[in-house]
Amino acid sequence: MTDSPIISVRDLRKIYHAGDVDVHALRGLDFDIRRGEFVSVIGPSGSGKSTLFHILGGLTPPSAGSIVLDGNDLVRMSDAGRTRLRKKTVGFVFQKYNLLPTLTALGNIEIARYIAGERGPVGPEFERLIDLLGIRSRLNHKPRSLSGGEQQRVAIARALVNRPAIVLADEPTGNLDTENSMAVLSVLRDLNKRLGQTILMITHNPEAAAYGDRVIHMRDGRIEPPGLAV
Amino acid sequence: MTNKLVFENLKHRPVRTLLSSLAVGVQVTMILTLVGISHGMLEDQAQRARGMGADISIRPPGSSAIGLSGNFDERILPFVARQPHVALATGVLIAPTGPLTSITGLDFPAFARMSGRFRFLEGRAIQNPGELIVDEYYAREHKLHPGSQVTLLGRAWTVCGVFEQGKLARIIAPLDVLQRLTANSGKLSIIWVKLDDPARTNEVIDSLKRAGLADYQIWSMEELVSQMTPNSIPVLRTFTAVVIGLGVVIGFLVVFLSMYTAVLERTREIGILKALGASPGFIVGILLRETALLAVIGTFAGIALTYGSRWLIMNLVPGSLTQTIVPGWWPIAGAIALAGSLLGAVYPGLKAARQDAIEALAYD
Repeated sequence: MTDSPIISVRDLRKIYHAGDVDVHALRGLDFDIRRGEFVSVIGPSGSGKSTLFHILGGLTPPSAGSIVLDGNDLVRMSDAGRTRLRKKTVGFVFQKYNLLPTLTALGNIEIARYIAGERGPVGPEFERLIDLLGIRSRLNHKPRSLSGGEQQRVAIARALVNRPAIVLADEPTGNLDTENSMAVLSVLRDLNKRLGQTILMITHNPEAAAYGDRVIHMRDGRIEPPGLAV
Repeated sequence: MTNKLVFENLKHRPVRTLLSSLAVGVQVTMILTLVGISHGMLEDQAQRARGMGADISIRPPGSSAIGLSGNFDERILPFVARQPHVALATGVLIAPTGPLTSITGLDFPAFARMSGRFRFLEGRAIQNPGELIVDEYYAREHKLHPGSQVTLLGRAWTVCGVFEQGKLARIIAPLDVLQRLTANSGKLSIIWVKLDDPARTNEVIDSLKRAGLADYQIWSMEELVSQMTPNSIPVLRTFTAVVIGLGVVIGFLVVFLSMYTAVLERTREIGILKALGASPGFIVGILLRETALLAVIGTFAGIALTYGSRWLIMNLVPGSLTQTIVPGWWPIAGAIALAGSLLGAVYPGLKAARQDAIEALAYD
């Protein structure tokens, strides 16, 4: 872990327009995440954590504030710029795994490399990651033949294949039983400790959040000071 | 990798792939069958004209190679027969019996001298005024054999023989009987002329025109046959263009529906690709490649179906329609299918490309 922030967020705001009503999803967030940190963001439904996930992942632009991710100013970024950001700088792990059902596990990993413009063979580092995730024997299976835990580990491999600056995980254990949840969380922590992978995990589960180095509590679109967090 | 994704997408939904390809295939078959029938009918007509064994054909003024403007006085026949280098001349009368069929009145002894006798597969030559002969295709379509009764031109005929196809016409009756029956006594529709030296064909045609037949359509057999192509018949060209237009519209609608459904069905997958950094161009490209593959599969299916349609036509209605396989039109029909299909994929492709990634990922 280094002290230089890989994510720097200042006064981040997001307003959704639902008809005539403005919904303030984020009401001025300020935080930094250092390179190599494993940060959990916890909060109840409607606290704004998914919106934060979408903005950090370049899936939607913020309404105001400043947000710098690995040197990229997301506020000034165009749609095309955010698309480029998603190719290499950010890796996603979703609650519902979100693997393409038509491709095998390996195909799902390869398509992420292909979209990122990577054409050569994967390096030995990634081969070790496959072993670490324990999915080598499952690579030629389609998602429907994999258990939830296996699908999520494939999704983690896909998120890491392009060596992103940060992995964003949105409720990665939300669809898993306790055993598989612990396995996935252990893998994430392992990746963070062994490879120094920066991870920001969103969860509503305090036990899952405890796997992180640090926990950010959110409520009503704001970050709660540590002392006030429930 | 893109091709792998395209291929897997099509493989993943086999029924949709099969139905879409089949629909494109029907469009291709429609075009190829029409073109095949146009070529087949004209080639068949040309083959039967060649089977006459003549060197020159004389038709009434204003006639075309495939259509007659009327009949003319049969006294022209002996005039033609007297011309230098004319070895033999014989006239026929053609009376339509339906949109695609006609009965031909023939002077049998003159015909035999010009082109040899008919080769009968069943039965014998005409011996009585109430008899007619038919070729094998007409006999097969109408299940006729010697002794069968047919009603044509308002009277009953007895089939006395079935001859090998390729000679002059499908249904043949004695010339004088047909002239009386159709109130065309003393009239002919075509005069066929055989020369003592075929090399003098142009010379004889010029001399016939100079001798008072300038208004008549006088063609060498080569000229006549060369006009029996779809391109030389404006109505057929227009009809083909209409069918091609319909084909494009069908291809467009089929692929539009198929791809529109696919985009709705794959909303989440599109969201995943977007989350991975896929550009709008990449997503449109995937759909267009899928469409192109469907069109290619459909084209092959359509070509195969054309053999099926030819089999059906040649077995069910060989006396009315003739279809040939025209490989020269395969790439044209394929290109038409591809164009219609790609047009149909444009809107669904743009819809997919414009999809909001967050909404797409939340789609169940």
